Amino acid sequence: MQANIRASSYKQLEQKSKLTNMFLRWFLYFVLILFASYFIFPLYVMVVTSLKTMPEIRQGNLITWPSQLNFKPWAVAWGGRGYGAGDTFLRPYFWNSIKMVVPAVFFSTFIGAMTGYVLTKWRFKGDQWVFLFLLFGCFIPFQAILLPMARTLGVLGISNSILGLVVVHSVYGIPFTTLFFRNYYVSIPTELVKAARIDGAGFFKIFFKILLPISAPIIVVTVIWQFTQIWNDFLFGSTFSFGEAAPIQVALNNMVLSSTSVKEYNVDMASAIIAGIPTLIVYVLAGKYFIRGLTSGAVKG
Amino acid sequence: MLKFLEKNLPKVVLAPAVGLISWFVYGFILWTFYISFTNSKILPKYELWGVGQYVKLWASRKWLIAVDNLLIFTALFLIICIVLGIILAIFLDQKIRAEGVLRTIYLYPMALSFIVTGTAWKWILNPSLGIQKMFIDWGFENFTFDWLVNREMAIYTIVIAGVWQSAGFVMALFLAGLRSVEDEIVKAAKIDGAGLFTVYWKILIPMMRPVFFTSFVILVHISIKSYDLVVALTQGGPGISTTMPALYMTQTAFHKSQVGLSAASAMMMFMAVAAVIIPYLYSELRRENAS
Amino acid sequence: MKTLKIEDLSKNFGTTEVLKKINLEIDEGNFLVLLGPSGCGKSTLLNIIAGLETINEGNVYIDDYNVSKVEPKDRNIAMVFQSYALYPSMNVKENITFGLKQAKTSKEKIEEQLKKVSSFLKVDELLNRKPSQLSGGQRQRVAIGRALVREPRIFLFDEPLSNLDAKLRVEMRREIKKLHQTLKTTVVYVTHDQTEAMSLGTKIAIMNHGVIQQNDTPEIIYNKPSNTFVADFIGSPSMNLIKGNIIKKSDQLSFAGEGASNGFQIPINNYNFEKKIELDSKEVYFGIRPEHIHYKKSNEEDFEIKLKADLSEYIGHEQIITLNYYNQEVLAKFPSTTKIEINKEIKLYFDLSQISLFDKNSKERI
Repeated sequence: MQANIRASSYKQLEQKSKLTNMFLRWFLYFVLILFASYFIFPLYVMVVTSLKTMPEIRQGNLITWPSQLNFKPWAVAWGGRGYGAGDTFLRPYFWNSIKMVVPAVFFSTFIGAMTGYVLTKWRFKGDQWVFLFLLFGCFIPFQAILLPMARTLGVLGISNSILGLVVVHSVYGIPFTTLFFRNYYVSIPTELVKAARIDGAGFFKIFFKILLPISAPIIVVTVIWQFTQIWNDFLFGSTFSFGEAAPIQVALNNMVLSSTSVKEYNVDMASAIIAGIPTLIVYVLAGKYFIRGLTSGAVKG
Repeated sequence: MLKFLEKNLPKVVLAPAVGLISWFVYGFILWTFYISFTNSKILPKYELWGVGQYVKLWASRKWLIAVDNLLIFTALFLIICIVLGIILAIFLDQKIRAEGVLRTIYLYPMALSFIVTGTAWKWILNPSLGIQKMFIDWGFENFTFDWLVNREMAIYTIVIAGVWQSAGFVMALFLAGLRSVEDEIVKAAKIDGAGLFTVYWKILIPMMRPVFFTSFVILVHISIKSYDLVVALTQGGPGISTTMPALYMTQTAFHKSQVGLSAASAMMMFMAVAAVIIPYLYSELRRENAS
Repeated sequence: MKTLKIEDLSKNFGTTEVLKKINLEIDEGNFLVLLGPSGCGKSTLLNIIAGLETINEGNVYIDDYNVSKVEPKDRNIAMVFQSYALYPSMNVKENITFGLKQAKTSKEKIEEQLKKVSSFLKVDELLNRKPSQLSGGQRQRVAIGRALVREPRIFLFDEPLSNLDAKLRVEMRREIKKLHQTLKTTVVYVTHDQTEAMSLGTKIAIMNHGVIQQNDTPEIIYNKPSNTFVADFIGSPSMNLIKGNIIKKSDQLSFAGEGASNGFQIPINNYNFEKKIELDSKEVYFGIRPEHIHYKKSNEEDFEIKLKADLSEYIGHEQIITLNYYNQEVLAKFPSTTKIEINKEIKLYFDLSQISLFDKNSKERI
């Protein structure tokens, strides 16, 4: 066997590692905080800018604190300046988005749940291919369907309407919602369903009485994901609507881009925050589920 | 009728999803594919015209700039997001006290829309009142940061904003991956005398191959679809220096009334995505079947 | 000089005391098994010996050097894990030589060690394979090889057989025993399986709730358990523990089970008491192993007793009979060829040289 341990070397080892450990620890926190500032910086700037007056903005810089909390830009962003035509503000478009998001989330989630249920608990030959078939819809660049969709909405008489957007978002949400529910139901033992069938329960009863009650986690994940995707959408919103039926992101973009005589950056920032608050609140409150949605959707592909 | 329903209930329930996706995804893509071979201008024409649109596309200076921008953006976006993501994940894996808070901070940009992100960064990168002024106020009198209006540099502003939005996501993936490694492996490495760096470099990171793969696929996918961010940040400008394929497609269809040409560009985007996604899905399904 | 010495070791996780003033010593070449149920602290103790866990109080000495604050890599130990913990992205050769490379050993020495170990463990054909391409038994051998190649002073095993199926477990157990006999290494081995402990160990330290209950050779632990926990933990089926008290009549000592009438008292005059205590009417547990209850008289001191047989379980090479001693269950092990009639009283013989008595309250051996 090898020689015994040398006592002299330990004392040094002990001291050296203590010092390097401390140094490394500080370095670690330093880097992490540095990056945290990179991520927080834009939020900070948005909030601070939205509370300043234009002269203040011109005099100071990105990070200077407002001399007093000025909420006028927020009022203007939300409700406008009150001079009638040509005055754009977010309020109606905020509600447009709500009217669009709620039904779309509901339909896509519901269909996804039922589809996921069938694909995992009522297996048949080729069901894996059906899943793949649907999954593909998660990955397509939507540019490939913009043109035919625009025509279809026109033919159906629902182009440039909230209803049209509800249809679009419901349909293209299906691949994602199916993915979430399928992956969740796959890990629920089929014995549960078999026992229920022996007890005489039918297709829908099993779904509503057995699976649905234990689906709370995945429903939350799916709803949060869909809500975030649809609320944040711009491509569909800007392509299939304009003017009064536009959702909030489109309105935000229009407001920011509109070149009136004077650029009001504080109003721009307030508008951006208003457009971003709903999803931010959801994220802060239910971040755990948000992340679960991101990683499960990604990792299980 | 009722008996038929009973027997085939599962398939009936499947019908809405399958039907809708067949029509609105596969059907529509086929339509776009078809149209890309016609000479449609404002309205679709259905006589086949051959590959004229594709010729026109690849002869278009604007399209070539768009593709070039996409390649630059994708390469930088991918590399920076993954490197940053891994570093943050490794650092956060060190039993940090405020881990929850930091994770929330790194990830919250993903909750925002690209329009909000673009608007915020547009303001930050504002040539006269943004970062430039901040540094000048701090005493760096000759500091310039006008990338946003600089034809050469504008594309990099999109990288900055894009990384800000998505790096946290990559971090979340790697952190989950690192945490899924059983700690007996780290213990064995410690006994074998591996220092912290070696443990990550030689053992843990090589085990993250699937996460690399997944991140790569997802980031490339996000990149090819880039539209919202570009619209909000630069509108494809200055001039057309930051135009991207997604922007090109929308502009040719709805502003230039060149439906056929637009369809061709859409199909190019589709093929680019398919080239990455199909191998990925194939290998994932094989892996799932093997286990 | 003791190869391993543990002195007054205590360890807490938060407010939970996981190890309470542990004292332990091992001589070179010994195979010490840390045995106990989940949560008894045995894995924690092993991790502390390895240097993977910190100590709250006490010291660890290897070859008389205090290693309490020394890094695992400098303690001259090696460890084999329950899941083997082979590095998945490296092949067998790289897995085995990783530690040596970290210690900056010369290329020649590494080659030499690798050759020695891989041929000894018969993994030389597998050097280029990745862990995912190996069977369970092969992975275990590679894990052992990774430990062996460092020529450590102490080998640590953390339940290495728990992940194997029953048949493989028995095979690998014998391989480990052969290894120990050939190399005469010092081993600390953690397991919850008492059969494994009994067959492998030269010394067994049984633990419960962070305290060592008994630290002795397998024979002593089996025949003279120091408390009811040990008596119950070891043996399959475990030792019968019959409640009752000691009766002292003139000079005769006997044991009577709860409610037992005069005819069913068991004489215990020849019992070797460990301590001098007041015995009359003392409440005790009477311990006797199922295999020490015989169907035929085996020697003169055997005590004859008639008990009713309630149940018979056939196990193949033997049968386990459940007997009724004043409504307390007593199990006996007989060869399967013996014909036993259920629900009838049968004549049995207790081998009194193999009994144990335990204080009812302290559960300690008296």
